[in-house]
Amino acid sequence: MSVSINTRSEGHVFEGGFANPVMDSQGVFRRVMNALGEPGTVADLSGFVTPPAPLSQAAAAILLTLADYDTPVWFEKPENNDDAIGWMSFHTGAPRTADVFRAAFAVLEKMSPVEAWAKFPIGTSDYPDRSATLILPVESLAGGEPLRLTGPGIETEKVITPLGLPQGFEAFMTENRAAYPLGLDVLLVCGGEAIGLPRTTRIEEA
Amino acid sequence: MTLPEYNFAYLDEQTKRMIRRSILKGIAIPGYQVPFASREMPMPYGWGTGGVQVTAAILGPDDVLKVIDQGADDTTNAVSIRAFFAKTANVATTTKTADATVIQTRHRIPEAPLSAGQVIVYQVPIPEPLRFLEPRETETRVIHGLEEYGLIHVKLYEDIAQHGHIATTYAYPVKVEDRYVMDPSPIPKFDNPKMNGSPALQLFGAGREKRIYALPPFTHVVSLDFEDHPFEVQKFKQPCALCNATGVYLDEVVTDDRGSRMYVCSDTDHCETRREEGHRGPGLPISGAQTVKEDAA
Ligand SMILES: [Zn+2]
Repeated sequence: MSVSINTRSEGHVFEGGFANPVMDSQGVFRRVMNALGEPGTVADLSGFVTPPAPLSQAAAAILLTLADYDTPVWFEKPENNDDAIGWMSFHTGAPRTADVFRAAFAVLEKMSPVEAWAKFPIGTSDYPDRSATLILPVESLAGGEPLRLTGPGIETEKVITPLGLPQGFEAFMTENRAAYPLGLDVLLVCGGEAIGLPRTTRIEEA
Repeated sequence: MTLPEYNFAYLDEQTKRMIRRSILKGIAIPGYQVPFASREMPMPYGWGTGGVQVTAAILGPDDVLKVIDQGADDTTNAVSIRAFFAKTANVATTTKTADATVIQTRHRIPEAPLSAGQVIVYQVPIPEPLRFLEPRETETRVIHGLEEYGLIHVKLYEDIAQHGHIATTYAYPVKVEDRYVMDPSPIPKFDNPKMNGSPALQLFGAGREKRIYALPPFTHVVSLDFEDHPFEVQKFKQPCALCNATGVYLDEVVTDDRGSRMYVCSDTDHCETRREEGHRGPGLPISGAQTVKEDAA
């Protein structure tokens, strides 16, 4: 599809999407599938899209690959994300929701307070899949305190060192794991990279 | 700009996105059946439309696809599905397990161990392991939700009481990560242990029943059993008649109208690879009366 638009002030909303939506979304999906299938591995999602700030390339590529009119997207700070929301809406058709209980995807801010995450849908015992996926930006995916990961997708254990996790993240994820099979799935993002932390992953200080 | 006659890998992008989201939920909740809005595919349901849709949603231009039906690459079903993706997704295809990045299968897991980075997609006719006990979907959901799996143990124990051993030899139920009871699709129970701790990602698609489920790599998968009747796989007394392989799943092949039979690898690629390596089996049919296959009691 090609769209020609002359409105200069809004032009940036239409640019920066997938150059080849069919192949690019397939490529991003496989990387995200590996990221969640093998928690702790770093997925390279760079170079697919050029989103407006403050959306990272990784967060934007994930949204363009997975979001559509069936998946309300919740932004933690919509007031800071006018361009990002417009860009996402244009490229995916996904509705932005202000209702945290309806979020299929949540675009969080760095150091997002974990106390507020309890409101996201974690599914029901009949349908644990009716839950939100959190996209959490961090300062860096390396250089922080080591965390040991175990669980499905990990042969023995994996150590990650994300920098700039919110206070209480580890304790929240322990509670999240305890609610299994209900729960939230988390994608840590920084720049063009992402790490998947599905609800099955046990996280502890290494 | 010329438009292609069909979408890449047949499915439209909205459908792929929906299936992809279901796959990710399945990976996050191993063994749980994720509902999805199954689409009509240009083939009948018995041909594995669920598996085909999962494969279509993950396949990319760099993939190398292998398709097997009962272990064989050359059945009509396997050939048709392979041709379908070669045409609609322009992917390379192979019969070699080791060369494939994506393996779609009906009723077998290859004998050659799968490796990290590979994806195996199972065609599933009946995804609900409790369906024969409880026909109502609302009820089976509650059972899975509450983890009330007593009934399925009772059914297996009835098998033992009647037959002296667990008679279920196909679609033998497994428990995933000590949580969900899962139907492994109609593979022989011989293949069940290959699911446990596999380095490959395992995806399951049921088209008619509109369910997707998954086992991430290195997931704990245990076949249900009892202390006094532990799970055992089928054992074969003879090696493959063609390649002399032992410890593989053998099919009985009738070789003439007097009932002579021989037993050969169900995994045709495994058998051919071994013969190329110089392995030779006894080759000759054995007499009709002899029983070679033995179900472990
Ligand atoms: Zn053989």
